[in-house]
Amino acid sequence: MSQPSTEPMIEARAVEKWYPNGFHALRGADLTVNRGEVVVIMGPSGSGKSTFIRTFNALEDFQKGQISVDGIALSNDLRNIDAVRREVGMVFQQFNLFPHLSVLENLTLAPVLVRGRPRAEVEGQARRLLERVGIAEQAEKFPGQLSGGQQQRVAIARALCMEPRILLFDEPTSALDPEMVREVLEVMQALANEDITMVVVTHEVKFARHVAHRVVLMSEGVVVEEAAPEVFFTNPSHQRTRRFLDQIL
Amino acid sequence: MAALLRRIRRELFPTRGDAVLSVALLGLITLAGFGFLHWALFQARWLVIQANATLFAVGRYPIEQQWRLWLLLWLLVAATGLSWGVLRSHPRRDRTGALWPRNDRLAAVLLGVVGLWVPWALGLDLSLQSRWWGLVILLLLVRWLAGRFGRRFGSLGPRLVALTWPVLYLLGMVLISGGLGLVSVSPSEWGGLLLTLLEASFAILLCFPLGVLLALGRRSELPLLRWGSVLYIEFIRGAPLITLLFLGQNILGFLLPGGLAPERVWRAAWVLTFFAAAYLAEAVRAGLAAVPGGQFEAARSLGLSYPQTLAKVVLPQAMRVALPAMVGQFISLLQDTTLLSLIGLMELLGTARTVMANPAFLGKNAEVYLTLAVLFWCCCAALGLGSRALERRLDPQTVPSST
Ligand SMILES: Nc1ncnc2c1ncn2[C@@H]1O[C@H](COP(=O)(O)OP(=O)(O)O)[C@@H](O)[C@H]1O
Ligand SMILES: [Mg+2]
Repeated sequence: MSQPSTEPMIEARAVEKWYPNGFHALRGADLTVNRGEVVVIMGPSGSGKSTFIRTFNALEDFQKGQISVDGIALSNDLRNIDAVRREVGMVFQQFNLFPHLSVLENLTLAPVLVRGRPRAEVEGQARRLLERVGIAEQAEKFPGQLSGGQQQRVAIARALCMEPRILLFDEPTSALDPEMVREVLEVMQALANEDITMVVVTHEVKFARHVAHRVVLMSEGVVVEEAAPEVFFTNPSHQRTRRFLDQIL
Repeated sequence: MAALLRRIRRELFPTRGDAVLSVALLGLITLAGFGFLHWALFQARWLVIQANATLFAVGRYPIEQQWRLWLLLWLLVAATGLSWGVLRSHPRRDRTGALWPRNDRLAAVLLGVVGLWVPWALGLDLSLQSRWWGLVILLLLVRWLAGRFGRRFGSLGPRLVALTWPVLYLLGMVLISGGLGLVSVSPSEWGGLLLTLLEASFAILLCFPLGVLLALGRRSELPLLRWGSVLYIEFIRGAPLITLLFLGQNILGFLLPGGLAPERVWRAAWVLTFFAAAYLAEAVRAGLAAVPGGQFEAARSLGLSYPQTLAKVVLPQAMRVALPAMVGQFISLLQDTTLLSLIGLMELLGTARTVMANPAFLGKNAEVYLTLAVLFWCCCAALGLGSRALERRLDPQTVPSST
């Protein structure tokens, strides 16, 4: 496993968020993620994990606190969004592939449109990425013709095709049949060995134990515990973490 | 033969009761069919159509300028053949890409028969007849050439086709109304099928972007935009078209900047456009609602801007859902153009009414109305067929795996 540097890529300080209906979803959440680090976020459903990582690429706004991503400050009024979104890729629970485009077009759309790169060059890169996630032969198919595991691997390749420095995963394996979970986790593990920064919301304990540099527990809109995996799973310092682990282990 | 008999027996005469019903229905249909044929062949006086063919086609368009319409027709036919052939030479992935698939052979035969027989049956003079024959031959020839050699030019073909139609539309407008050195022909002299198709195509083309904007406005987060769109859509949908048409003749002159609304024909076209846009907006809204929010988030997280997200991700999916409803709107729009006769325009129905009012053709209403119905039916069928083909071509689910 590569060692992360201590240069912070994501810094979130005392982030507070209210949804338009008044629900207080983040109540002062803190997190620092260093370059090349793999951080796993765990926590009960509804604790604000998705909301939190979605603030990192400005899919959600927030009302109080500071977030900076690769040195770019995300101000409360959502400026700098485009710059940040180019740095940060995201993989969703429901894959969210574009069903009207072929697999290859799913990958090439953003690099050509947003970065203005030549199509031929992007296609070459896209095919190499598809090969890397093990589905080179599906390039011409449409997402609806692939299995869930294959779709999620395409989604990862799609995010990578923009050459992001940070990848966010929001429960990437939760919508998958059990036999497809492994193929996706293997791809993610291979990625973790490169110097890309990853923040992963997941319930996969094995992945957290073996791949994460740090594991974080969220509860009711705040980060409760932050520890190296071996400490997190065997000797956590908070009662809340122990109760959570009792439930999932 | 035996199989056919067994099938007939199974489908028409499974039980005694069904058999009685089948025989009665068959009898009725045969009777009605014979009655109709007898009328159409022996009693009807088609002279009313023959004598007024030009009037039905183009109204009182000046005779010495009609070559412009013929030229346009030749161009349209060539463009149709080109598009048809190029589409066949770039088949969907699940198609064999045969030069003449079965449907096309059928269509070609049908076209040949109709194009050769109808002008002859109508007793047009030979020069006119031969023009129609020439048109049919041109269509099939260009179709064959484009289908045969279209693949050589790669993706240039489809792009050329996509470019041909807008250019041809603008060129057609010039040919019809004059300009660029052509004598201008005032809209008040346009009529018949020409005017009907002009009004309908103008409204269809312009109501489309307008409807999409209204649908987006209705979903906008800006209250002013949202309520403006809602108000517009609900007002238009709450008013009968005919009142709007009368209203338009009176007030559109004040609403639109000077040069845009001088002529009754164009005023009516704008009213049709604004009317159709409200209905189209509802169809598009249903399509937008069918696109999951995750699509939007995925596009945004890849760095696409809001307009890029709409253009490349959201709208293409929404349109596919909305297409059947939209074509339904277009078809009723085409039929609604008959209302223009009530505000005094000489489109198909208006022309028909002047013809029927002519003492020389008194009592020939059935012949005239039947011709009108068939003409409208042909146009609507063409729209419907085109949209179904488009729908199938756009649907990724119908594209089976390529490996
Ligand atoms: N759009 C929204 N409007 C209002 N409340 C929301 C919205 N999205 C999420 N929430 C609420 O915010 C809380 C945190 O949600 P989420 O971040 O999705 O939790 P997690 O991902 O940890 O399961 C939940 O209680 C959820 O009901
Ligand atoms: Mg979640």
